[in-house]
Amino acid sequence: MATKLNAVDVLIVGLGWTGGIIAKELASTKLKIVALERGGPRDTNPDFIDPQIHDELRYAARYDLMQNVRRETITFRNGESQTALPMRQLGSFLPGQGVGGAGVHWNGVTWRWLEWDHQARTRTVDKYGEKIIPSDMHLQDWPITYDDLEPYYDRFEKTCGTSGKAGNINGRKIDGGNIFEGSRKEEYPNPPMIAAQSMVMFEKAARNLGYHPFPNPSSNASRDYVNPDGVAFGQCHYCGFCERFGCEANAKASPHFTVIPLALKNPNFELRTNSIVLKVNLDSTRKKAVSVSYLDARGREFEQPADLIILSAYALGNVNLLLQSGIGVPYDPATGKGVVGRNYAYQCGGGATAFFDKETILNRFMGAGALGTTMDDFNGDNYDFVKAGYIGGGGISCSNSGARPIQSHPTPHGTPRWGSAWKKAVVDNYDHAASVGNQGAVMAYRQNYLSLDPTYTDVFGRPLMRMTFDFQDNEVKQMNGQADICVKIAKEMGATKVDRSIPPVPYSIVPYQSTHNTGGAVFGADPNTSVLNKYLQVWDVPNVFVTGACVFPQNAGKNPTGPVGALAYWAVDAIKNQYLKNPGPLVTS
Amino acid sequence: MSAREKSQGDVGRRDFLKLFGAAGAAGAAASTLPLGASASADEIMAATADTKHHHVTAATEPHAGGIGYEFFNVDESAFIEAAVDTLIPSDSTGPGAKELGVATYIDRQMAAGYGKGDRLYLEGPFGEGTPEQGYQLPMTPSELIRAGIADVSAYVQKNHKSTFDGLSAKDRAAVMTELDGKKVELPTVPTATFFGLLLQLTIEGYLADPMYGGNKDRAAWKMIGFPGADAMYMDKIGPFRNKPYTAEPKGIQDLV
Repeated sequence: MATKLNAVDVLIVGLGWTGGIIAKELASTKLKIVALERGGPRDTNPDFIDPQIHDELRYAARYDLMQNVRRETITFRNGESQTALPMRQLGSFLPGQGVGGAGVHWNGVTWRWLEWDHQARTRTVDKYGEKIIPSDMHLQDWPITYDDLEPYYDRFEKTCGTSGKAGNINGRKIDGGNIFEGSRKEEYPNPPMIAAQSMVMFEKAARNLGYHPFPNPSSNASRDYVNPDGVAFGQCHYCGFCERFGCEANAKASPHFTVIPLALKNPNFELRTNSIVLKVNLDSTRKKAVSVSYLDARGREFEQPADLIILSAYALGNVNLLLQSGIGVPYDPATGKGVVGRNYAYQCGGGATAFFDKETILNRFMGAGALGTTMDDFNGDNYDFVKAGYIGGGGISCSNSGARPIQSHPTPHGTPRWGSAWKKAVVDNYDHAASVGNQGAVMAYRQNYLSLDPTYTDVFGRPLMRMTFDFQDNEVKQMNGQADICVKIAKEMGATKVDRSIPPVPYSIVPYQSTHNTGGAVFGADPNTSVLNKYLQVWDVPNVFVTGACVFPQNAGKNPTGPVGALAYWAVDAIKNQYLKNPGPLVTS
Repeated sequence: MSAREKSQGDVGRRDFLKLFGAAGAAGAAASTLPLGASASADEIMAATADTKHHHVTAATEPHAGGIGYEFFNVDESAFIEAAVDTLIPSDSTGPGAKELGVATYIDRQMAAGYGKGDRLYLEGPFGEGTPEQGYQLPMTPSELIRAGIADVSAYVQKNHKSTFDGLSAKDRAAVMTELDGKKVELPTVPTATFFGLLLQLTIEGYLADPMYGGNKDRAAWKMIGFPGADAMYMDKIGPFRNKPYTAEPKGIQDLV
């Protein structure tokens, strides 16, 4: 029997980047705010200190900071004809858990998505006509443009101390930055990071081929930094233990030492950790959320009433909560009706591994999560869709995020998997190989979606969420096309051997590919094809807002955290300046 | 050949000799090993029943020599030692997995949370599914390894009239090649799943931080040129661009 608690004004479900931003920004309202986080508390000291954090086995191979799928997971199938089975262990993607969420163990690559990504349908149709869009592709515009979001991108970059080089300030293109980016008002808050040897080689090769490489926008601080909120960052150590790890230097921007401590200073804010939200409860009209049901660490069930509820869990967690709660109409691929779970998308990849002679010394172990050089010549609509044969390309980059040896000991194709020949190849190539990779956009399709599984349950007795997903022809063409470009660059870098690869097709849940799951609760201008309006407010239940990458109508060839953070600032501005003054729908459908 | 490669090669050979020649290396590494999860009474009995394996003695007197097995029984530990020695043999390139303690690493992993499936969803119903759907067995890693060892041991007994560890190095490699090539259908466990886990664990133990029981004396890191946990390169990544950077690798316990 659930214990009913006293009502609060605002309830935040999940305390990572977006929940943290909203909690911090709402402090000035004096409202009573409670955040429920399913994982435990953690802080830089003692949880991420050096040398204990430099433990590849614990953090990278055993996923110490990530979601434990023993308690809750998903089921997966490639298509309707299959029976979905549980994802019994983590693999393809790694959702976070605990205070700070995946913001603790991300890489720190902080993009502004390209203008095309915000208006993918309109810009594609304007340039190529409707016919280029495959009939099963749900290509949709965002309900806001890049220009609408520009000040919020800027705000998030400053919160994170992003290090980079602008390529377009007020319409003026700047060589050395990303000339394909939308117009920015200001330069990045910090200069680019120190390039590693492989990046220098990649940049030269890409330029030789006529492309436009530039340093990754990195929220691994290139110098000591104090953000506009007064939070101090240390300079990045280039320790090479970044993605999947917490940062010992507070150099990698993370909510656990930026927005969350500021939220916690507010006496009207309360954080409850180890609190797993089971569902959002609606009133009899189904148009208003009244409370959430959650379990504490001891398994006691509570009902927490609240006037305003923010779902700010991981992308997949948010969609799961909507489905569990009956908020919005679940998507049905047979009829095309319904919106919750619709437009689930992912990313694709592949590229080239470049092997060099012994004279080329890369010191790959000196790295940082976001340390890399990228080019957008084949991303967004910066290339010819007709000529390439695909829509939505990808960023091509040479990253130098570290060379932790369990997971990074490249050997040329054809090398045995074990034995003396394997060992020799590991030694010969360990510091003489670089990868040139494609981070490929994945579009949304009628047949790729999220729903509740009819068979399997989590340890709390709820149905597992079911993922039905596969790469479609457009993405397979893209992976192959982009891999060919990667091979060309790798050769130009002077590689003595180049191995080309693309991820498994059909899509496999097994090998790690990307923790950039998107969609399922997308924002849009039309309630028939979106769950949320442009302020991330649920069309059907206006006192619920949903943040995170689940709001993107399709994925981009870029890491999602930049727009995820920017949209959290965008949404909380709307909550503060519009919703709280007059609670109700902010957009009329 | 670059200066760096030469120096790495020399270090590798030196360590190789040191590991084989010195009694000190194993003892020193053992003293820093954390105790893994508790073994069951049966397992301790099994381990101590054989004089080769001093579980109890090792736990209290880390310098006594062997450090004992928590999970594997004597037959299983003999199998695992021979298996890791086959998968990563000692040779002119560098040390092998057995001498670096990888059998101990695997034993500890099987005895602890990972081996017991602490992050594995194990609810039914169970179905085989497609390769894309991933691992679907109703077994924890330790159950899978135990069943797989029994399967392979029976296969070797039938075909070679020997235990796996009793085979010549050449014959052991041949058996591993058969498993890797899925030429053997094992009765209890899917061959590829068992072999994949065995190989994964072997490579992990060989290259993980020495505090987990393998990579003794950080020898695998020395061999490949990975400096380990002592990772602070903000003042080095620029100056050492395309230049050899050599440092004595450090494990976590070397730094605390």
